[in-house]
Amino acid sequence: MIRFSHVYKSYPNGAVALKDATFRVGKGEFVFLTGHSGAGKSTIMKLLFAEQRPSGGDVRVSGYNIGALRGDEIPKLRRRLGVVFQDFRLLEDRPAAENVAFALEVTGARRDTIAARVTRVLTQVGLSAKNRAFPGELSGGEQQRVAIARALVNDPAILLADEPTGNLDERATRGVFQLLRDINAGGTVIVMATHDLDLVRQTTYRTIELREGAVVYDSADDRAGAEPSP
Amino acid sequence: MRLLTREAVLSFRRAPLLSVLSVTTIGFSLFTLGLFGLVAINLRQALRGLEERVEIVAFVLRGTPTETITLATQDIAAFPEVREVAFVSEDQALARARRELVEFRDAYRDLQTNPLPASIEVRMKEGSQDAATVGRVAERLRGFGFVDDVRFGREWVQKLDHLRNITGVVGLVIGLAFAAVAVVIIGVTIRLTILQRAREIAIMRLVGATNWFIRGPFLLEGTLKGFLGGVFSLGLCYGGYRLFRDRSGGTFADLIFFRTEQMLLILLFGVLLGLAGSLVSVGRHLRDV
Repeated sequence: MIRFSHVYKSYPNGAVALKDATFRVGKGEFVFLTGHSGAGKSTIMKLLFAEQRPSGGDVRVSGYNIGALRGDEIPKLRRRLGVVFQDFRLLEDRPAAENVAFALEVTGARRDTIAARVTRVLTQVGLSAKNRAFPGELSGGEQQRVAIARALVNDPAILLADEPTGNLDERATRGVFQLLRDINAGGTVIVMATHDLDLVRQTTYRTIELREGAVVYDSADDRAGAEPSP
Repeated sequence: MRLLTREAVLSFRRAPLLSVLSVTTIGFSLFTLGLFGLVAINLRQALRGLEERVEIVAFVLRGTPTETITLATQDIAAFPEVREVAFVSEDQALARARRELVEFRDAYRDLQTNPLPASIEVRMKEGSQDAATVGRVAERLRGFGFVDDVRFGREWVQKLDHLRNITGVVGLVIGLAFAAVAVVIIGVTIRLTILQRAREIAIMRLVGATNWFIRGPFLLEGTLKGFLGGVFSLGLCYGGYRLFRDRSGGTFADLIFFRTEQMLLILLFGVLLGLAGSLVSVGRHLRDV
């Protein structure tokens, strides 16, 4: 599903965000990306949904070569991904249901199917009763659930979550994390960038640790008996 | 299409103040252009009034048979540059002189014989009133055997030419300058709207909207604002025109306003400005992010 081969990312000011990052993520996996601020987690996320392009190496996501992606292919790639952020990125002037429907409308989905699909994902994230509420009327955890519902509504094969619990209290964090686990149990690949090590330690999910732009630890290597991951 | 219209209308409702601001900005930009247009069409109208008076007079030799003159006037009327030909007989010339030249009325009354020659008066078509064309037609009239002399006020026609050229060039330069200012102001106004909605655009891109899908509502919104701005500017122009005409105490009673097709042209210009402004601004924004 995802393949990073010797990926480098540097910026015009000379800053290096990724150095020789190599890893693969297969079907159905749940992967944590950990590391301090500036370690390169968000850069990997941005490369995954083609907000940035690699300076060197090869990034493949769902069969797309990010480095060689044409402008008109970017929307196609993004429709196969779901992305959630720490700051939710909801449209404040639309109720929850419209925020979710928006993701379907922009892809040109049939109008008669939209309402049912929105209801389904809002139910899945436990917010069917608050479909008319505006983001300002929802708690942080609920807003993140709306963002997750929006990310799920196109049935993505991969869900990217960049510090999804970063702005949430402990209870809301647990709820959102459990929701992501349930989504993964349904077969969706989840890549979650986080610096919440407590959350990481609660599970046996694969963890990739980054330091100064380099992959310094991949728990998949441990499991494979110190063999590099395929 | 429904989504496109809904998003465009929504943006008006979400930011009514900014929308009103952009419509009035577009309106005022077009208003300055419209005012200039009004001055230009009225100058043109005044110039046309002068051009109407461009006339060639061919004096006819005494004793020329009437049939010869009739045939000649038919010939002259068929010239492509000629709008109107009139024959003025000796008697008519005298009657006109008595009527128009009041100070010589006594002198004309006591005459035993009529000293004034008959003439053929030729008026030119619009677009053929320049010195070169008038001179060419005058030469052809001179070629008729019965024509004694031809007059057309060469210097006056040349001055008119000069005036026409100056107003044309000055009009074009000032008009283009006003149009350029309007384009810049409208571009900036629409850019403000886009910056205000940058977050929404970012989210649209995130969920896989194509650039054309993102542009659509902005283009429709820009077009609509351009149209409303055009209507607003025409209203202002008409108000200004009426005020100026009615308060001038009759001095500018002959001022004209835009014809329907000119008003439609201003509206179309507003629409195109709105469309071009949003196309450029949203295009630049999509490239930048």
